Amino acid sequence: MTDTFQLTVNGTQVEVTCDRDTPLLYVLRNHLGLKGTRFGCGVGLCGACNVIIDGRTVYSCDTPLWSVAGQAIRTVEGLAGSPVQRMFLEEQAAQCGYCVSGIVMSATALLERNPKPDEREVRSALDNNLCRCGAHNRMVRAVMRAGEASS
Amino acid sequence: MIPPALAAAPRLSRWITINASGTVAVRSGKVELGQGILTALGQIVADELDVGFNRIQLIPLTAPVTAEQTLTAGSRSLEESGAALRQAAAEVRALFIAASGLGSHATVHDGLIMSDAGTTSYWDLAETVSLDVDATGEPRPKPPSHHTVVGTSTPRIDLPDKVYGRARFIHDMSLPGMLYGRVVRPPSPGATLRSLDTSATKALTGIVEVVRDGSFLGVVAAQEETAISGAELLRSHAVWDETASLPSSVAELLTSTPVETQTVDAVSPGFPTTATAYYSRPYLAHASIGPACAIAQWSGTALEVWSHTQGAYNLRKAITIALPVALDQITVHHVEGSGCYGHNGADDVAFDAVLLARVVPGHAVQVVWSRADELAWAPFGPAMGVRMSACVENGTITGWRHETFGNGHLARPGMSPTAPGLLSAAYLADAKPLFVSDDPPTARGGGAQRNAIPLYTFPRREIIKNRLLHMPLRTSAMRALGAYLNVFAIESFMDELAGDVDPVEFRLRHLTDDRARTVILAAADRAGWWDRVPEQDRGCGFGFARYSNHGAYCAVVAEVRAEQELQVTRLTVAVDAGLVVSPDGLRNQIEGGAIQSTSWTLKEEVRFTRTRVTSTDWESYPILKFSEVPDVDVLLVNRPDLPSRGAGEAAQGPTAAAIGNALADALGVRVRTLPLNAENIIAAMPG
Repeated sequence: MTDTFQLTVNGTQVEVTCDRDTPLLYVLRNHLGLKGTRFGCGVGLCGACNVIIDGRTVYSCDTPLWSVAGQAIRTVEGLAGSPVQRMFLEEQAAQCGYCVSGIVMSATALLERNPKPDEREVRSALDNNLCRCGAHNRMVRAVMRAGEASS
Repeated sequence: MIPPALAAAPRLSRWITINASGTVAVRSGKVELGQGILTALGQIVADELDVGFNRIQLIPLTAPVTAEQTLTAGSRSLEESGAALRQAAAEVRALFIAASGLGSHATVHDGLIMSDAGTTSYWDLAETVSLDVDATGEPRPKPPSHHTVVGTSTPRIDLPDKVYGRARFIHDMSLPGMLYGRVVRPPSPGATLRSLDTSATKALTGIVEVVRDGSFLGVVAAQEETAISGAELLRSHAVWDETASLPSSVAELLTSTPVETQTVDAVSPGFPTTATAYYSRPYLAHASIGPACAIAQWSGTALEVWSHTQGAYNLRKAITIALPVALDQITVHHVEGSGCYGHNGADDVAFDAVLLARVVPGHAVQVVWSRADELAWAPFGPAMGVRMSACVENGTITGWRHETFGNGHLARPGMSPTAPGLLSAAYLADAKPLFVSDDPPTARGGGAQRNAIPLYTFPRREIIKNRLLHMPLRTSAMRALGAYLNVFAIESFMDELAGDVDPVEFRLRHLTDDRARTVILAAADRAGWWDRVPEQDRGCGFGFARYSNHGAYCAVVAEVRAEQELQVTRLTVAVDAGLVVSPDGLRNQIEGGAIQSTSWTLKEEVRFTRTRVTSTDWESYPILKFSEVPDVDVLLVNRPDLPSRGAGEAAQGPTAAAIGNALADALGVRVRTLPLNAENIIAAMPG
């Protein structure tokens, strides 16, 4: 059923008219043109589609639009060169890079609630994100350095 | 000498353009798969031309425009295109120096050409120097000691977009008027469509077309979410006849399928053997995080395709076999996708887009595969078995026999002159069945037989390949091809035969190749191999290979903890890939290869019943998680005097072998069946 919804995306109020069950992922990517949040599995098992709502990472692929109406959503585009992103580049922490924006979002949420995580805490926080290329250790180093840089 | 890739397309202007604006356009047939190849090729050109790396622009591949008509596969990009671009750039530099009139001793600094006689630049001369000339092989590239860009860790040119979440992947492309397509696959490989009711799907708001051609089903919609829900609705109205076309197990497949037997190599065969062992691996999935995606558009008779294929020219050719369309009607543009690790669904989804776009001429149609289709319908790395036997006399191996069993490792589109090798072509009313996978010839590295010929010196040896002639599950190239299991088998067997002799010592006893000995000792020394202390439930193991017998040398020490499950705690890897173009790029490839191999080795297995593939999500096909990833320490052995060799697949086999040997060290149990999960470890324990 088509309806109109208000959202706040990266601090900007937007209005979206589409089916209420549309996954947030497609609202972001196609209706709002924010392509940095990516489809990986559609059932919340890989983290490629992670966004932050209320300080917590949310799988946008299986989050229907109606359930986030009126909420403030942060996507990778809203980070604007955060310390996490800068450290990902410093560490060259990617290969294909498809999983990276979701991982950057998980790392951002982690550092906001725990600014100086140890390695075990970083790995545990990223366990809901999958990387197939094997760039894990670089990413963990990048997140820890970002924690040190911002504290 | 002109490198083969340049000899095949010798016109310099097709590789390099010097722009008056101060940039250098570089075109190669190699594509970015996440391995960093564009950056490495750019480094080579910048160095040879003496221009800053920031002036280099890598032009995306377009078939038929790009000169080099090749696959990006087999860890051969630096070896092939790197050598071609190095020579082409050296020739371009020489042409500009000659045209400058500043004498043959003129020097170049960031494009500025200087001598006692004066100063000019590439950019000043760009309009007057024609590169529409063929390579001569005359100007010699720089000696490695003069390199300033090659050998440095240049940051990857593609990573800022990826880290900042900018649209860069094909999934992110959006063309004017673009529609969204989804395919409804059959429930199983042997299924045919019995009946279909399209009325509900057609009635869905936003559905533009419902497509049925034989057993090929799909939808085209105005919005992506409508395409997805429309495809699910269509699926629920399709009735299929399924057949039990799959084997009951990998063991049954490998023992009871008819084979073609080939002797790969034999020196004084027919010797008696004193030991034998059998190793196997299951089918493996490429399992990219980003599912296959493509865009196609028909305009009149012209067909334009955007794809993350490894072989744009081959894809183009395959489409002409599948459909009544001529080669010169088709353009294929490469756009980056998720990492591919071999022949995955990239070509298949491109053909899906071609089929769905055909019903909406003038509109681009983007198709993305579902996770389930990505895990169940892309080609698999074939299940495989290796029977080893050897003759050991007085602690020395004097006879070595290696026999492989399994489907071929190559069924890429464009390989067969009569079959397209594209998934959906096999389900159309005018079906073009998939062809049974084969292997590249041994001289090109082989497929199942890749790395089956040992680097160790054994006076008698016999290498045999048994290729299955039926293909119940579709198989094709997956990172390292047969090398993964062959190296696992060779290196496990070496440990088994070593008895009480130190495994490293035992290897060196049978090895004369100096580069091999150097990386083996480098890894052992770095890992503290000689001082290791036995600990309860902990083990240490070694593995070594030279990838494809011509690529990078790689030695791995694995440290494991065997408790409830096997955990790999640390990998120490030494690698000799000849001249190192980008140290960090090489490290990244080796780290990634070692971690991916750890995932395959500990966890991965395609699951199936007699009818269906059942590992269709990340719970039924789990891969290694962050908390399970070992520390990886990479030691580079640079050989600036020797040609660069690809390293993207070098770590896969040695890592698996080192883990298996470490497990045996920890538990005293030899596990020869991959993956090394609890089930296979328990099955290998003495009853």
